[in-house]
Amino acid sequence: MSDTITVNGTANPLPDDPRVSLLDFLRHDIGLTGTKKGCDHGQCGACTVIVNGIRINSCLTLAAMHEGDSVTTIEGLGTPDEPSALQRAFLEHDGFQCGYCTPGQICSATAMLEEIAAGWPSDASESLEGHIVTSREEIRERMSGNICRCGAYANIVAAIEEVAAGGQS
Amino acid sequence: MRPFQYIRAPSLSETSKLTAGEDALAIAGGTNLLDLMKLQVETPALLADINRLGFSEIEDTDDGGLRLGALATNTETAVHPRVRADYPVLARAILAGATQQLRNKATNGGNLCQRTRCFYFTNIDQPCNKREPGSGCGAIDGIAKLHAVLGTSDQCIATYPGDMAVALSALGAVVQISGDKGERSVPVRDFHLLPGDTPWIENVLEAGEIITGIILPAPVGGTQIYRKVRERSSYAFALVSVAAIIELTDGKFSRADLAFGGLAHKPWHDPRVEEVLLGQHPSDALIDKAADILLEDARGYGENDFKIPLTRRTLRAVLTQATEDAA
Ligand SMILES: Cc1cc2nc3c(=O)[nH]c(=O)nc-3n(C[C@H](O)[C@H](O)[C@H](O)COP(=O)(O)OP(=O)(O)OC[C@H]3O[C@@H](n4cnc5c(N)ncnc54)[C@H](O)[C@@H]3O)c2cc1C
Ligand code: SF4
Ligand code: FES
Ligand code: FES
Repeated sequence: MSDTITVNGTANPLPDDPRVSLLDFLRHDIGLTGTKKGCDHGQCGACTVIVNGIRINSCLTLAAMHEGDSVTTIEGLGTPDEPSALQRAFLEHDGFQCGYCTPGQICSATAMLEEIAAGWPSDASESLEGHIVTSREEIRERMSGNICRCGAYANIVAAIEEVAAGGQS
Repeated sequence: MRPFQYIRAPSLSETSKLTAGEDALAIAGGTNLLDLMKLQVETPALLADINRLGFSEIEDTDDGGLRLGALATNTETAVHPRVRADYPVLARAILAGATQQLRNKATNGGNLCQRTRCFYFTNIDQPCNKREPGSGCGAIDGIAKLHAVLGTSDQCIATYPGDMAVALSALGAVVQISGDKGERSVPVRDFHLLPGDTPWIENVLEAGEIITGIILPAPVGGTQIYRKVRERSSYAFALVSVAAIIELTDGKFSRADLAFGGLAHKPWHDPRVEEVLLGQHPSDALIDKAADILLEDARGYGENDFKIPLTRRTLRAVLTQATEDAA
């Protein structure tokens, strides 16, 4: 049994205090401050990270519960020199104003495109079993867990739409 | 968050022992429990992490039904091919709840046990009989927009806030429970309790009992609808919701399984509503009669008075849509 948690490919020891949320672990314990704390109560999505390929709110889970898991944060998706397709699209479409929600938006959108590729329906899907058309309505519903206080939604959706249409993420 | 001891539960029987104590709780997804622990509404001295106990499978049952592991996530359940094909009302109810990030972490067992969203319950500076027996109920005569109109007591008017269980109630699903005294099964319709004089007791689970799974009966087909009315089009708890499984034979209702969310301390199921519909041709008058029966004892508390006419209209909309789809 490993007593570590892997973040962006690097193994880190688990915190001693079981109270440490995955979010505080990322920000305080290992200094990856890209992931943001908005509400700390599962309501805003600023803390969204990808754990074993699945997006979750890192504020509502304990680091101790993720022993052996593999976490990807915004720092793991790309770099300023080599941004991911979504990171580049957010820049090109001005998908932010203050930028506070942006890491969560991009982590969320990255996993969302995988969910669509896997055929997972959403509340906005006409059929539960049919092909999913990545419409604006679908993107809005699937991204509804990421609140943007600045209201940059139009450009966020445009950025995601472009990457979805390009078939890359 | 208050300090607590964290133990990864090694086995089901050990979990029952660990959580039999007053100050101990099981943690699954943590999306409700950790939220409440941060608010110091929940202050367990011991947390037993049940995530690695294994009951996360979704598998066929011998009689053609489906068993949902208590630790399967809400997402795994909603996207399961058989849930989508055979129990669409359940897939729809889950997808109408929370957000993708939360559903990815939330488990079926935790979802059933999620606590009310009453504002006084989640604020430790406010009176609340559920959180602190005898302290009074802030919501009666207070902010009660989300609160119950059926099955309330003078102690508590909170609602069970979830969506999934409303569909499970309509489907007639059964909760599988394991504890010190062995295993038992309880219909979802009987799992949650009304507040009465003991609003802090929300369901039939006894100390140390753990939900291991949910059994869905063999599929019944029909037109299945989950209609959730909320204050914005996504990411909000239900004001009123209706789960419906409707079938018409020779133009008459031959199946009308209905359950309601947002109205009570439990998903609301009233067999009298189905009885009045069965064998009858759909009509506005008939639907009104069904709503009359459903809402016979409904009582508003000011801010939530609107739920009574809203329920009537939502029921009408759902039954009208279902009869059109079924015709
Ligand atoms: C912002 C927000 C919005 C939400 N919106 C919705 C919504 O619209 N609709 C909706 O339905 N839900 C909604 N939810 C609630 C969410 O669905 C629940 O938090 C989730 O389902 C709980 O599951 P969990 O596994 O995380 O439970 P946990 O938080 O781990 O546990 C919750 C409770 O259940 C107990 N428990 C867990 N598993 C078991 C078990 N197997 N046996 C016995 N007891 C157990 C725990 O001890 C605890 O008391 C929302 C939550 C948030 C934070
Ligand atoms: S309605 Fe129930 S949960 Fe809310 S304040 Fe009253 S007693 Fe507490
Ligand atoms: S910080 Fe986690 S959802 Fe807001
Ligand atoms: S860019 Fe400011 S919160 Fe979204």
